[in-house]
Amino acid sequence: MTTTEIPGSPDFEIDPRALTPLADQRLDIELQSEDMVLNIGPQHPATHGTLRVVVRLDGERVVSADPVIGYMHRGYEKLTEYRTYPQVTTLINRIDWLSSFANEVPFIHAAERIMGVEAPPRAEWIRTALTELSRIATFILFLGEMGLQVGAITPAFYGFRDREHVLNLIEAVTGGRFHPNFNRIGGIKDDLPAGWINETRRVMGLMLESCDQFEDLVAGNEIFQARTRGCGIIPADVGAAYGVSGSNLRASGVDWDLRRDGQPYLAYRELDWKVFTHPDGDTFARYWVRLQETREAIRMVLQILDGLPAGPVMAKVPRIIKVPAGEAWVNTENPLGEMGYYVISKGATGPFRVKIRTASFSNVSILPWLLKGVYVPDVVTILAGLYFILGDIDR
Amino acid sequence: MIETLAVDLAWGWILAIKTAVVLSIIPFGALLLGYVFLLKMMSHMQSRLGPMDPGGFHGWFQLIGDGIKFLQKEDITPEGADRRVFALAPAIILVSTFLVYIVIPVGPRLIVRDLDVGIFFALAVSSLSVIGVLMAGWASANKYALIGALRAAGQLIAYELPLVLATVGVVIQAGTMSLQGIVYAQQNGEIFGWGGIGNPFILTQIVGFLLFLTAAQAELTQTPFDMPVAESEIVGGYYVEYTGFRFLFFFMGEFGTAFAFAGIAATLFLGGWSVPWVDGTAADVLGPIVMLTKVMLVSFLIFWVRFTYPRFREDQLQSIAWKYLIPLSLVNILVTGILKVAI
Repeated sequence: MTTTEIPGSPDFEIDPRALTPLADQRLDIELQSEDMVLNIGPQHPATHGTLRVVVRLDGERVVSADPVIGYMHRGYEKLTEYRTYPQVTTLINRIDWLSSFANEVPFIHAAERIMGVEAPPRAEWIRTALTELSRIATFILFLGEMGLQVGAITPAFYGFRDREHVLNLIEAVTGGRFHPNFNRIGGIKDDLPAGWINETRRVMGLMLESCDQFEDLVAGNEIFQARTRGCGIIPADVGAAYGVSGSNLRASGVDWDLRRDGQPYLAYRELDWKVFTHPDGDTFARYWVRLQETREAIRMVLQILDGLPAGPVMAKVPRIIKVPAGEAWVNTENPLGEMGYYVISKGATGPFRVKIRTASFSNVSILPWLLKGVYVPDVVTILAGLYFILGDIDR
Repeated sequence: MIETLAVDLAWGWILAIKTAVVLSIIPFGALLLGYVFLLKMMSHMQSRLGPMDPGGFHGWFQLIGDGIKFLQKEDITPEGADRRVFALAPAIILVSTFLVYIVIPVGPRLIVRDLDVGIFFALAVSSLSVIGVLMAGWASANKYALIGALRAAGQLIAYELPLVLATVGVVIQAGTMSLQGIVYAQQNGEIFGWGGIGNPFILTQIVGFLLFLTAAQAELTQTPFDMPVAESEIVGGYYVEYTGFRFLFFFMGEFGTAFAFAGIAATLFLGGWSVPWVDGTAADVLGPIVMLTKVMLVSFLIFWVRFTYPRFREDQLQSIAWKYLIPLSLVNILVTGILKVAI
């Protein structure tokens, strides 16, 4: 085997097989088949935006897979250093755009903790309600879209249709369907609008029906089960080692939910709810866990509507917010998994440094391990089952 | 001499008219199915708003709008494409669809050619389309297209067999391969001695009917067997690089073939054009209407399944074909054969 250097371009090497006689070359071709490199994404319907997965294929079997991220990097960690605290929420609810209200909560909590301010109970309960509503909106979409990724078009439309009801509720309170920007340090901007509680009760009934429908139409379908059972199994220890969190980890049998096990936040300790786990760790388990968590979230919202305390929704805070020097780390259980903010303040109107830990970034880091040896259709199933949002990966 | 000439002319004219009708039936069938099922039924089932809006009443303008859109689109040929093969592929798919229509009868005299090997011919030419699919996939110079084309080839080989075997039961029972003959066999049949509506073979060949529909679903690459196109995985498969009018060709091929297969199923199992107590010219008038109703009924089944189910994986699809459908169709043939000889 010889390699030939081309003068002037030292990095360029001619494939040695090109120099071997033709007969040998034919022998080579017959004996070894070349792997095909397939770019799934950045423009691909299954990647929820612009994730790129470079897979090497042997036939249809994946030899290796490398997720390439960064096509949507918006530099939010750096941008927060040039914004005041109230302005930061505008940015960070664009991280995971499906459940943006849940994104605001940990940051506001961190700021409140450094300031020593506590939101009044009514504000905390409404925050809990809106966080759970955004969880429902996110998961209802997942429950439908999972069907689309394995080939059934209909559930996806049901997912979008049913999510609309929940988005209307969020819009009625906050004024924004996707980007509410409703949290303030020390509380929330406004109280609930008139009639919202009754409307929410009605919609929660619809959502329960919708969950039943997805259980029948998608989870109960034999083909869906054949496609997802045993597909993309994450063992508990491997998942934990890669930093997988949230429903993905609970589907691997790890009984760990920050709402129950983490630092106390919002009103979760006062509500009656359960954490669901599934022993299998495959894509079907992830679907099942999210389905149960949606039902649990609906139960929680109904409890909140019943037990909502009276009182103000805003604590007394100065007009211009200056957060005293200090640091805080707050991590919460967001729909996609664990989300955390490490906020360092030097006493200015804006944070000195914010480190954002997002769930999807860690969740997709397991892909090279998970995708090895599966078929191309399973790549899509696994990607959909992990349920990531590109904004949540790239920030 | 003159008479002979006149007959020749008439024969030529009839052939020309028949050809024109068959040529126009592909767009007709494709548009009909596309409109009724793809746009309207799907919109109702999936609570889609878009296709129900254009033009006011029930979104009647949507299909025309789609057509205008396709005509306006730029015709793109990828840079690395094998241009001639790329251009030829959609035509081959349409030709295979066109050839199927030749042997489907819609009335006592309304058939282009009543071939003695009718059903054999129809199934044989319908599998020509895989050549077009392979050409499209290969010539597109696109990896997704190539994967899609190879999947389509594997799928057609696997499902051609149950499709053919499912029809054998009917052929045994009718004693002929001619589609016209099969229709007459059903028309003249008797249900326990009562010949009122003939004997549609679906009554005796229900297993064959279900097998035929399943295999046709795979042959037409409709969900749950749509891996060759699988939008969420390989983004449309073999026609991923086709735009505008050429894409419309694939679209028409897909729906035109669905229409043709529904026609074959209606002829084989549902009695075809035959109208009880009606013969001759009246049957020529009523036949097409009856046939169309039956075709729409079968198409409804095809599209209902399509809009409800997720898709199988390629290896699961192969195992269904080889482990279940083919043995089942062989058993069906065996039972039919024994009963035919015994009774």
